[in-house]
Amino acid sequence: MQEKTVRGKLTEILAGFKKDRSRLIPILQRVQHAFAYLPRDAMLEVGSYLGMTDVQIYGVASFYNHFRFTPLGRHPIKMCMGTACHMAGGRLVLEALERVLDIKVGGITENGEFSLDRVACIGCCGLAPVMVIGERIYPKMSPTKVDEALVNLKIEAGEVSPANDDQAAKEDQIKILDKRL
Amino acid sequence: MKFEEIQRAAKAEWESLEHDQAPVIRIGTATSDRASGALEVVESFEKELYRLNVEAKIIQTGSVGFCNYEPLVIISKPDYPRICYKNVTPDMVPRLVEGFLLEDDPCMEFALGTLEGGNGTPPYIPELPRSEHELRLVLRNCGFIDPENINHYIALGGYTAFVKALEMTAEEILEEIKQSGLRGRGGAGFPTGKKLESCMKARETPKYVICNADEGDPGAFMDRVVLESDPHSVLEGMIIIGYTLNSSQSYIYTRMEYPLAVDRLKTAIEQAKQLGLLGEDILGTGFSFNIEVFQGAGAFICGESSALMYSIEGKRGFPRVKPPRSIEVGLRQKPTQLNNVKTFACIPVIIEQGAEYFSSIGSDRSKGTAVFALAGKVENVGLVEVPMGTTLKKVIYDIGGGVKDGKGFKGVQIGGPSGGCLPEAFLDTSIDFDSLTEAGAMMGSGGMIIMDEDNCMVDVAHFFLDFTQKECCGKCVMGRLGIKQMMSILEDIVSGDGRPEDIEQLISLGEDIKTGSLCGLGKSAPNPVLTTIQYFRDEYEAHILEKRCPALVCRDLIAYYIIPEKCYRGCEHCVLTCPSEAIVEHPKRFKVIDQSKCIKCGNCLEVCPPEYNAVIKISPISQVPPSEVPSKDEQ
Repeated sequence: MQEKTVRGKLTEILAGFKKDRSRLIPILQRVQHAFAYLPRDAMLEVGSYLGMTDVQIYGVASFYNHFRFTPLGRHPIKMCMGTACHMAGGRLVLEALERVLDIKVGGITENGEFSLDRVACIGCCGLAPVMVIGERIYPKMSPTKVDEALVNLKIEAGEVSPANDDQAAKEDQIKILDKRL
Repeated sequence: MKFEEIQRAAKAEWESLEHDQAPVIRIGTATSDRASGALEVVESFEKELYRLNVEAKIIQTGSVGFCNYEPLVIISKPDYPRICYKNVTPDMVPRLVEGFLLEDDPCMEFALGTLEGGNGTPPYIPELPRSEHELRLVLRNCGFIDPENINHYIALGGYTAFVKALEMTAEEILEEIKQSGLRGRGGAGFPTGKKLESCMKARETPKYVICNADEGDPGAFMDRVVLESDPHSVLEGMIIIGYTLNSSQSYIYTRMEYPLAVDRLKTAIEQAKQLGLLGEDILGTGFSFNIEVFQGAGAFICGESSALMYSIEGKRGFPRVKPPRSIEVGLRQKPTQLNNVKTFACIPVIIEQGAEYFSSIGSDRSKGTAVFALAGKVENVGLVEVPMGTTLKKVIYDIGGGVKDGKGFKGVQIGGPSGGCLPEAFLDTSIDFDSLTEAGAMMGSGGMIIMDEDNCMVDVAHFFLDFTQKECCGKCVMGRLGIKQMMSILEDIVSGDGRPEDIEQLISLGEDIKTGSLCGLGKSAPNPVLTTIQYFRDEYEAHILEKRCPALVCRDLIAYYIIPEKCYRGCEHCVLTCPSEAIVEHPKRFKVIDQSKCIKCGNCLEVCPPEYNAVIKISPISQVPPSEVPSKDEQ
């Protein structure tokens, strides 16, 4: 089933491109856009379409940071590690994310909800440190704001239920913090 | 269609906008505005206008560059000067619509200032201290026009330079650009005219034009703002160069992290095509020119010209040995003219207003303006455009508003991972290609990061080197192993394992890497380390000899500590936020950090209420008072 959808989507994508080696990067970008990562089968298919060997395709794909070979979480988290974010304490936020999600940079949570990556700079230096989840940008982050930002997404994912005691305690804590801030 | 007709239609549209009775609301919606909630502001304006049945036009513009005041809204209403509102939130929108649009209260409490004088309504933005030093050539339209409407650009004089160029011979255009003294804005400062001349002389055809928008330096966002706010200025520059070289195909190589810039560029290209300013047989002259947007895939090295061209060809972005230069053997082995976004944006200004005008701005050997992205510990974060030759002090203090929160200035990092850090003594250095290089920094792509006393210079050097090391392609030995070696020495230093001979070792390695690397990335990678050693050697020595981080940043050299006398005994903030349960209560009810459990996340310092301020950082760790952690039974 899975394989069939990869094939189907891929035929559609490849139809939009000339059989020209120089289209490789745009093709891979489209593939990644469709699947959120580069499935092995898809890369093989692209190779046979362009008349390139597997290793040539992998060589190019692995050179660029944008391409990933593992799936992305339903809520992909990107922590900006640009200069301004670094100096405003971005590393502590990244560590807090690793701690709260219990994954390392580049990883994905077991239930596939969250994946965590670092990016070099998203160009919002005035709002440092900046975190991005999906399309949404979270400005002026701090380690203690991480929980707050994730709570709703976690509830949505059913990872924690709002009625849960732990959750209630956490929300109380957030309220205390909010009051103080 | 004739250009005069296009221009007439565009001007009519603009005039009707400006002189209509209906107010015009300009809302900046570039990426950084969006991050501060600009789209929500747009939405609430739409709702309020609809709810109160007010007739007004909303225009989504790019960014003016005042990042700390975003979202920024400019309202023009007949009989009023244009008023600029700062940090607008959806809550403020009903007040603005009801108060200002319906009634006559301009809500000056939300305003940053006005754009026209008169009425005695202070503050008048062009009279603010910063405006005195600024001169906007590249950013001329940013924040005032709708980047998705080509008519706005044309109405303000856009594409007239191109039409003028059509009347000139290629040699005349070249001469104009040479006379202007324009130097490449990508950082190296190579004379653009000279480059263009070499490309014109190259025999092979076809010739390609490439706009390098692979703005990978962390902390630099000028190119993004230009592409998002005024894409046509770049397109026009490219078309003029394309016409000069009789080229028919060009590319804009942009970062994949800039989706909005890509969208707006594509829209701009489409609109230019529809008006016959791009594509086949432009304005009936027989000249055809296409521009394709090529998105990079996240490799910093692709900002290097030869790597960038390989990337467009669908290969790994490895730089190659030069010569031959890409101007002769470039994309697909053909002559290729590659310039930065801002270089292209300067071309229409030069053609339209003349080389004499352009070369009257700036310093002796650097003409025109410099665009900087001011960030870090400075009050007014954002974009700054000043004539070359302006001093660092003016940019940081008069325009930037000085160091944030009244802290002490420590250094300014210019040029990103390829540049250097300059201390206070260099604040009178003027900003131009040669003076900055002489001081040990470089113009680079234009990131300018201000650092205060809380920034550790060793950590900053470590940060930049970590970046270049990760982005190094691994082709040459110096890049692959040399940078790695410097990195491991720096890692030792920040983690407290530095040895006295490390500083000399870093300098000698750095010099070798500068000489022996294949490309610009490698050649400039040691700069952040070498300049910080040169100007802040005492900090390196403190790390190595005393195991002390003077700025209290390097985690292995600091400890968090709660001052018992300051700790308010009833509050539990730190205990609640500590992820490692390292904070316990002393029998005397103040809180104590168990150093053996502390993971140095900094939460306790962040949440300790400012009225107590009991949590501090201590370095070296040996200075932490003996543990007062109560034993198990005491707890």
